[in-house]
Amino acid sequence: MRSRFIGSLLGASLASLTLPALAADAVSDGVVKVGILNDLSGIYSDFTGRGSAAAAQIAIDEMGGKVLGAPVELIAADHQNKPDIAANLAREWFDQGKVDMIADFPTSSTALAVMEIAKQKNRVTMLSAAVAMAAITDKCSPLNAQWMTDTYALAAGTAKALLKTGRKTWYFVTADYTFGHSLEKDAASVVEAEGGKVLGVSRHPFPGGDFSSFMLKAQASGAQVIALANAGSDTINAVKQAAEYGIGRTDKQVIAPLLMYITDVKSLGLAKAQDMYLTEAFYWDYDDRSRAFAEKFFAKMKRMPSASQAAVYSATLNYLKAIQAAGTDEAGAVMAKLRSMTIDDAVIRNGHLRADGALVHDMLLLQVKKPSESKRDWDFYNVRAVLKGEDVFPKPSDACPLNAKG
Amino acid sequence: MDITFQGFMAQLTIGLIGGCFYAMLSMGLAIIFGLLNIINFTHGAQFMMAAFLAWIGLTQLGPWLGYPDFQINFWVALVLAPLCVALFGMAIERSLLRRLYHLDHLYGLLLTFGVALVMEGGFRYAFGVSGQGYEPPEILQGPVDVGFMLLPKYRVFVVFASLLICFATWYLFERTKLGAYLRAGTENPRLLQAFGINVPVMITLTYGFGVALAGIAGVLAAPIMQVTPLMGGSLLNIVFAVVVIGGLGSILGSMMTGLALGLIEGLTKVVYPEASTVVVFVIMALALLVRPAGLFGREV
Repeated sequence: MRSRFIGSLLGASLASLTLPALAADAVSDGVVKVGILNDLSGIYSDFTGRGSAAAAQIAIDEMGGKVLGAPVELIAADHQNKPDIAANLAREWFDQGKVDMIADFPTSSTALAVMEIAKQKNRVTMLSAAVAMAAITDKCSPLNAQWMTDTYALAAGTAKALLKTGRKTWYFVTADYTFGHSLEKDAASVVEAEGGKVLGVSRHPFPGGDFSSFMLKAQASGAQVIALANAGSDTINAVKQAAEYGIGRTDKQVIAPLLMYITDVKSLGLAKAQDMYLTEAFYWDYDDRSRAFAEKFFAKMKRMPSASQAAVYSATLNYLKAIQAAGTDEAGAVMAKLRSMTIDDAVIRNGHLRADGALVHDMLLLQVKKPSESKRDWDFYNVRAVLKGEDVFPKPSDACPLNAKG
Repeated sequence: MDITFQGFMAQLTIGLIGGCFYAMLSMGLAIIFGLLNIINFTHGAQFMMAAFLAWIGLTQLGPWLGYPDFQINFWVALVLAPLCVALFGMAIERSLLRRLYHLDHLYGLLLTFGVALVMEGGFRYAFGVSGQGYEPPEILQGPVDVGFMLLPKYRVFVVFASLLICFATWYLFERTKLGAYLRAGTENPRLLQAFGINVPVMITLTYGFGVALAGIAGVLAAPIMQVTPLMGGSLLNIVFAVVVIGGLGSILGSMMTGLALGLIEGLTKVVYPEASTVVVFVIMALALLVRPAGLFGREV
């Protein structure tokens, strides 16, 4: 009796062993594992952080928690914005954690470090937060997708829109490090190409505390646009202190933040941020589809999704769909599938993934509402234009070897 | 450099405003170091905590208590927030710091650094990192014409308020009997105790006072800087440099150096903005080379 019981137990466990073995033909390790690597505690945790993992979970739930019969799992960790920590975590996840794809990366240096490792280990990276151009130019990888946007698209979107309104003279207030310089360069190149003129630049130490002197210099230059080539608390403080001095409050001179997230506007408040133009990949209140996703997100996080968090959702969803369509989770095959798909979901519209990893899609030109126009919390923007991906994303660069082939 | 006289004066004024914050913060540090021999790394976090308390009082406390209209305004916060932070600081002094006085400076530094990290982490967890806006009181809103520029009224207020506080602190420590006790406590606590002064209580109160200075600076900074958990940490680096240049433990030194460095930083922003943070540390290095005890410090 006892031996028969043990026998049936053995049989049952053998049977359960063979099931994942079947799925394993298509899915490595019998599980599809999505890793979210971002800043859970530092300066970028508001627009990525825990919200990004929640967004990925929404995508996994929408797929029914399974792909090709294998369960989909989620893992998240804090890379503390340090490339070495990110690289160690990624290695561990790839080698022992059965992780197939890692997304997010609010700091570009962490993204570039993990992209390199993923390439060696034949896994996928999806940059939903990192915006560095290097990821789609000289450091490009066949197994990487820059899912949200890049500095050029952000800068070009805002710059072109403002030039069109006749604002030809520009002054840059730039964070004095690689990111700030590249944002400034991208915007300045658009300004000059379209007949505008750069009157001057102030480069401030990063992070800066008091921006009044830079903003006063910018005001004194008489430029029609004061462009902020910085991010996060630097942008917030610059806008806040400009408002204190009454700078950028007239039609003759406007402030244009080249990279500003909805969390920054939330933090500043509409009274200080009103009327500014900016470009984003996603705004939750754009249409019914984006609102439906945003409400799901709000139910989990009690706040609306930032563009980065929304991009994590889109990246995860399309990654899983591509596995489904490709019939395997092998990185190369999944990427090939992603490149052949038209990306169209609650977040990304008219998207197609280029060979160099740039996801070219519609961007939104937004203007911050006046306090009187805002009907509820997070009701921050008027959508002024939908910018076609071809018009705002950079042309494929010769610096990326993947472009030469195609 | 095509800069007008007006532009130059404007930049100098902005430098002075920055200098006021350096002065207030470094004074608190100097006082604490002078009497307790503790390098108070929680200073930035205490500065931040006061700013947050002011913000909570203005915008959050009412709804929390169920009276949405209830607000603790700026003026009340200017007294109350530093007081709360000081009490919190004194609790830390009594429970933790007290055990470290007989050990090397390094232990106090590590402990206060750890406490600062915990505090920043806690605020980060509760309120996020993007920060919160704090409006100055209505009568200080808008600009005032000071001849060469339009200066926000609030900033003018900050300059006068902080100069007043610095002067009062200096007077208290250098010109009153209480100050004499405190300085005696620095020199020889045992002897002072023999005269019937309760030195441990005096130490606790002094720590509280130093922390309260950080608290006042924090509330004053709230309408200027975004109130974020990291606002103190980034400022503290410069403030430590100020204290080192002025001479560790020298009250007058840290006040003068704070103001002077604010002005120098302001000037650097006119000439070569990229160097405006570095310049403070260059001066620190030079000061250490020429006068290791600091410009106002006593050579031992």
